[in-house]
Amino acid sequence: MKRRNFLKTSLGGTVTAAAALGGTVLSGTAQARENLEPAPEAVGMLFDSTLCVGCKACVTKCKQVNDMPPTIEGDHTAWDSARDLSGDTLNVIKVYQNGTSATKDAEIDGFCFEKRSCMHCVDPGCVSVCPTTSMQHNPITGIVTHHPETCIGCRNCMVGCPYNVPQFQYNEVFGQINKCQMCNQKGVERIDNGQMTGCAEVCPTGATLFGPRKLLLQEAKQRMTLKKGDIYNYPRGDISKPDNYYEKEVPDYKQHIWGEKEAGGTNVMHISSVSFDKLGMPPLGERSAPSVAEGVQHTLYSYLALPALALAGLTYTVKQNTSNHDDDDGGES
Amino acid sequence: MSQYQALGGRILTKPFMVLGLIFAISLYFMFERFVTGGMGAVSNLNGGFAWGIWVVYDVVIGTAFACGGYALAIAVYVFNKGQYHPLVRPAVLASLLGYALGGFGAFFDMGRFWQFYEIFLPWNWNFNSVMLEVGLCVAIYILVLAMEFAPALLEKLGQKKLLKSLNKVLFLFIALGILLPTMHQSSLGSLLIAMGHKVNPLWQVMHMQPLLALMTAILMGFSIVLFEASTVTVGFKRKSETHMLTGLGKIIVGLLIAFLVVRFGVLMFQGKLGLIFAGDFASFMFILENILFVIPLIILLSPERRAQGSKLLIAGVCLLLAGSLYRFDAFLLTFNPGPGYNYFPSVPEIMITLGVIAFELMAYIVIVKLLPVMHREEHA
Ligand code: SF4
Ligand code: SF4
Ligand code: SF4
Repeated sequence: MKRRNFLKTSLGGTVTAAAALGGTVLSGTAQARENLEPAPEAVGMLFDSTLCVGCKACVTKCKQVNDMPPTIEGDHTAWDSARDLSGDTLNVIKVYQNGTSATKDAEIDGFCFEKRSCMHCVDPGCVSVCPTTSMQHNPITGIVTHHPETCIGCRNCMVGCPYNVPQFQYNEVFGQINKCQMCNQKGVERIDNGQMTGCAEVCPTGATLFGPRKLLLQEAKQRMTLKKGDIYNYPRGDISKPDNYYEKEVPDYKQHIWGEKEAGGTNVMHISSVSFDKLGMPPLGERSAPSVAEGVQHTLYSYLALPALALAGLTYTVKQNTSNHDDDDGGES
Repeated sequence: MSQYQALGGRILTKPFMVLGLIFAISLYFMFERFVTGGMGAVSNLNGGFAWGIWVVYDVVIGTAFACGGYALAIAVYVFNKGQYHPLVRPAVLASLLGYALGGFGAFFDMGRFWQFYEIFLPWNWNFNSVMLEVGLCVAIYILVLAMEFAPALLEKLGQKKLLKSLNKVLFLFIALGILLPTMHQSSLGSLLIAMGHKVNPLWQVMHMQPLLALMTAILMGFSIVLFEASTVTVGFKRKSETHMLTGLGKIIVGLLIAFLVVRFGVLMFQGKLGLIFAGDFASFMFILENILFVIPLIILLSPERRAQGSKLLIAGVCLLLAGSLYRFDAFLLTFNPGPGYNYFPSVPEIMITLGVIAFELMAYIVIVKLLPVMHREEHA
């Protein structure tokens, strides 16, 4: 064979193969699925950072409900010192501080509190990436639960969650992934039993408000319309049947309901008077990453049709080419 | 008589013992990881950096290093370049070892290793998961590689009949051996898509991830063949195989040009070219990475340089570094899970990875000395 000729075919071949794959991948974008829609009876929480006084009653209650030990730092045994989510902490209150920290809810020279727990995404990354279906999304309530029985601990859910919520118990030989399951996991089932989440139940100010996503979103939108300094009657507990209301002056809300649209939206939504990037929320657009990933994956693997076709073609080509340069001894490998 | 031969010679050489020592040290830390302390005791993995060097080096980069068998199979069996056939068997061996140890790496990185089999149970499968595809595909590919390498063992054992029947169906395994890496090597790139904003924009090219990952895998596959063939020639004092490698150099040039066109084309299309000169850490890493891609291109473009073994070796090494850096940058170095999280591998973590590499090299040395893997020189 002439060297020059087959060099050409070889280059041509590689480029064609790459182009074919590239084409498939590109067409994958066209067919990428839309973001998922909120579950029909989605339940969630609305966290209003301007109402949070940092008492951390919710942190303690969360540990009780989930049977987890408090995090102790130094000799402060009177309170839970968890600074971030971990294998043993599903809910933390973080503090934002700026300059002199003099004024509550001021972005400059102020401070405020922010809750961190699972956002119960409408289009959850953790569910999409889990190979063994150990993260599940309830189609009615939208609650995202974890099922350690089938989990292999690959921790893809951790890197696939935009908020770093799932946490592995690294310090145990036989550890597991833990995350907030909206107090509705097997054996707890507070929501199925008509109760509200533990953290909302104990919140003294209604900063953490439980309820159907629709009502919570309505409430959040209404708060966006309030004028700073007016008096508003804030509900506490479960928004569909509040324990009580109390009157408070309206803060200077940022016109942003976190979780209305971010990456497809979340069932746990936040509002605040300090912008969310300062509160450590990730830079998310409206498109959910799993919707792109699944679009690409399903185009390339649509019911394994493409791989099967490719295998047939390859088998034929290889068969042709092995018989071409077979030797008597059968030394192929 | 077979066209392959065992190299023979003493096994317990000095380099071999050094590798053994490294492996022994890693065993101590593996014991700690699996029995006494758990993953937290030996690694710096945390809530934001759930994947450290065990995933990123051992699996994501290690399997790309092990793509030699795959790349050569494409050249020999798809494009019918029979002249590279002598390189196939050693490359398949290196691939088998690389993948097997990648699989082992995945196992000790597995937080719930005692129920690893859950991923093989069909009723658990989540077909949206890229990880599922990677896991299953890599597992099957290890078996396929074992079948592709089996003739060497059967020859040694003198199992003529078994060898004959295996050779009749071998083409099936070869075809699978081309399909499976195409699938999971591209999927290793797709893993990045779901990580969304945590992946630096210069590497977060969304739907183009699988294509770029696949191209780097094939590039690294050919480079490792260049590298192995040249070092084996030197290390085991065998006749030079430069003439064969020259042709590989040409293939690499074509692929490399295609890769760079796609890489920069995507960034241009997504309006991110400006980020290259942002002057931050990511832009520095990007430039470094791409210099390493361009050096081999310059070397290999000239026919004179292509014919020199030493230049080929430099090009191969640069490309391996470039491909590794591409994956390291995307998965780890510029990965940003958000405020409050940092990661640098701990000493035990690094030792475990080094132990795995040492074991891989030891196995390679033993096998090429005992089994007919290398091509007979008169044919070479
Ligand atoms: S916040 Fe994270 S863990 Fe919670 S549902 Fe969303 S992706 Fe899953
Ligand atoms: S760690 Fe468990 S739950 Fe998370 S993605 Fe892996 S298998 Fe699924
Ligand atoms: S819903 Fe339950 S598990 Fe989740 S943060 Fe609140 S108390 Fe904790």
